Amino acid sequence: MDINKRYTPQTWPDHPETATLEGKNKFVGFWLLLAAETVTFASLFATYLALKDRGPSGMDLTASQLFELPLVFIMTMILLTSSLTSVYAMYHMKNHNFKAMQAWLGVTVLLGATFLGLEIYEFNHYVHLGFGFTHSAFSSAFYILVGTHGAHVLFGLSWFIALMLRNGKRGLNMYNAPKFYLASLYWHFIDVVWVFIFTVVYLMGVIG
Amino acid sequence: MSSTAQKKGFGAVIWDYLTTVDHKKIAILYLISGGFFFLVGGVEAMLIRVQLMKAGNDFLSAGTYNEVMTMHGTTMIFLAAMPLLLAFMNAIVPLQIGARDVAFPFLNSLGFWLFLFGGIFLNLSWFMGGAPDAGWTNYASLALASEGHGIDFYALGLTISGFGSLIAGINFLVTIINMRAPGMTYMRMPLFTWTTFVASALILLAFPPLTVGIFFMVFDRMFGANFFDVTMGGNTIIWEHLFWIFGHPEVYILILPAFGIFSEIFAIFSRKRLFGYSALVFATILIGFYGFMVWAHHMFTVGLGPTANAIFALATMAIAVPTGVKIFNWLLTIWGGSVSFQTPMLYAVAFIPSFTAGGVTGVMQAIAPLDYQLHDSYFIVAHFHYVIVGGVVLGLLAGTHLYWPKMFGTMLSESLGKWTFWLFFIGFHLTFFIQHFLGLMGMPRRVYTFVGDQGWDLYNAISSFGAIFMAAGVIILLVNVVITQVKNVRVGNDPWGDGRTLEWALPSPPPYYNFAQTPLVRGLDPYWIEKMEGNKKGMTFAEPLGDFHMPNGSIIPFVMSLGLFVASFGAMYHLDGDKPWALAVLIIGLLITFGSMLVRSLKDDLGYYVTKEELLEDIKRGESDGHQ
Repeated sequence: MDINKRYTPQTWPDHPETATLEGKNKFVGFWLLLAAETVTFASLFATYLALKDRGPSGMDLTASQLFELPLVFIMTMILLTSSLTSVYAMYHMKNHNFKAMQAWLGVTVLLGATFLGLEIYEFNHYVHLGFGFTHSAFSSAFYILVGTHGAHVLFGLSWFIALMLRNGKRGLNMYNAPKFYLASLYWHFIDVVWVFIFTVVYLMGVIG
Repeated sequence: MSSTAQKKGFGAVIWDYLTTVDHKKIAILYLISGGFFFLVGGVEAMLIRVQLMKAGNDFLSAGTYNEVMTMHGTTMIFLAAMPLLLAFMNAIVPLQIGARDVAFPFLNSLGFWLFLFGGIFLNLSWFMGGAPDAGWTNYASLALASEGHGIDFYALGLTISGFGSLIAGINFLVTIINMRAPGMTYMRMPLFTWTTFVASALILLAFPPLTVGIFFMVFDRMFGANFFDVTMGGNTIIWEHLFWIFGHPEVYILILPAFGIFSEIFAIFSRKRLFGYSALVFATILIGFYGFMVWAHHMFTVGLGPTANAIFALATMAIAVPTGVKIFNWLLTIWGGSVSFQTPMLYAVAFIPSFTAGGVTGVMQAIAPLDYQLHDSYFIVAHFHYVIVGGVVLGLLAGTHLYWPKMFGTMLSESLGKWTFWLFFIGFHLTFFIQHFLGLMGMPRRVYTFVGDQGWDLYNAISSFGAIFMAAGVIILLVNVVITQVKNVRVGNDPWGDGRTLEWALPSPPPYYNFAQTPLVRGLDPYWIEKMEGNKKGMTFAEPLGDFHMPNGSIIPFVMSLGLFVASFGAMYHLDGDKPWALAVLIIGLLITFGSMLVRSLKDDLGYYVTKEELLEDIKRGESDGHQ
């Protein structure tokens, strides 16, 4: 693989992320990693469901008292939109339009950062209500589940930013195309996990 | 870089191994460190048997016994059996599928260093205030109450080494999916590659629940979380579920590669194609699948209710079917073969009755009502030592003899090998067979001593006596290794004479790029096919001789793992409250790890090319397999 080889939209392969053996390996390996991540989150969800609303006797602050949908709905919309903008970025990556890809990735990062900011605000709000990490088994399970997702968002953002900065001057090649692709795949995974969090934690929490 | 056997200084050799991404060298690292931990775990086993050799013994105190017993199990499973299997996977699987390296050489090295630093961290607990003492299963109800840092060593050490295993699992899956030589279809893959494939899938799906459980444990013990604290609404059974959702597949992660090694041995030493190859493959997949369906049979006495117990009991019994398929396939491979009883074959033949005995007692325990009687007795101890020692350890010893020439280019002595085999085999049955009866008589496991005159005294003495034989067998193996390496008699490509799969077509040890030319696979047992057709050149090749690409070595995996090792000390001592330096240690450790990750992702590492001229020279010297 020659990193200095220049491509045009005409010579750029249809699937640059799997055009080399290294790319193919990363592609398959990353899907497998996502399988392991799925099991991780499945364990966290199962624990959350087992410990939902469990606490010391006479505990206040159960899920139905705590959660409010408007803010979480806005967060959901922001994260879903960021998934869409990362799709646009990958569309331009496949057409070898580097500038448009960077621009859409930039939008994705902004949306992701907004989501993360709102999540920190939300956690801060709960802590001020007295619902800290050590409040109960329920609170521990809640913060670990949602917090692990938040940590994934932070990692995904850092990954995008590092890729954009590192490759800002040299454009797309066969070496970094798989990296962009996988970062975007990771971002979709984070989004899917959030859909489950929104459903299992917030919607089912409000219902009671 | 050249494969020329130049004399290198000691420092250069060390640096070479610290930075290597070559799967064959990583295999040697796994073999040495796994072997070391095997000896440590063996010493712990001997301490247990000394303590239990007579009633009311006070050789170990109750607390020390708990530590020794916990560390024996943890060390043997996580730090001895798994890495030793990974040693053979690394050494052999890329050769068997005709690949020049694994899919992610850098990650391969990272996986090893994570395992090693995790293992060292765990074992440092002996010198830093006491080892973990809640059993290798580390049940939360016990572990949360354990004083000192023993459990923290367990949690953090296993987290680090667990990441290493996960990385290794992904690596082998991708290697086998993407890097098979032309013609190596899935149904032409050697059985050892197949079992590695399935075991890697199990690693992929089984380790995350363990990591999650351990994180809960860490947060409970260190950060005031309440996952397992019943007074705060927690539930200690969650640990048991998460642990066994990992723990049962873990048993198959260990035994499947051992099955693979034995399958290779039966075919080679019976000079026959494996009987029922496709049935063996199918049984392997089925065992892997069932492995995730049966975890609650470790929890029959928890009180999950008759429905849950019945479902898990039936699922457990069902596993006996694919396992039985395998046993009969092996027997029928021997049947009518031209059998030669060299050391690896002795182990393989001894494995069948030993492992079957362990399997039968397993089905007994699958009967939930009977398990209420057997639970936490020495019957259980006897059972799992029959499957782990009678299956996995015999497999590892067999693999050591079988693959030693391919890894080191020398043959272990046959006569010493047979001494090891007979001592170990007799010692194993002497130690563990009688424990079935101790269990049926009611002797509980995990208790540091027992009261005399209950009919247990003689049986325990016999059990301890048997352990001496096993230890002697292992010592003779070590002597064998030293003698063999000092004599240093080099062997050729196919030292057993009847090799069937691709690794035996290569020099022993193979050049660092394995295959000068990628071989063409024309059927199951490709090397055997070429031999039978009288191909004097070894293999048929799939490509002309030409340049190809290889990865660069790197020190980053070592540094990354070292960072986590340092950070773990910080995390652990930070919570003592009186050690202000601990936070700094934690931050420095994490900075080392994330800094080196950043260097890795920002710095392009494109590898290098091996040129045709270099290959031609290697071939001329007979150090490579290509055509001229």
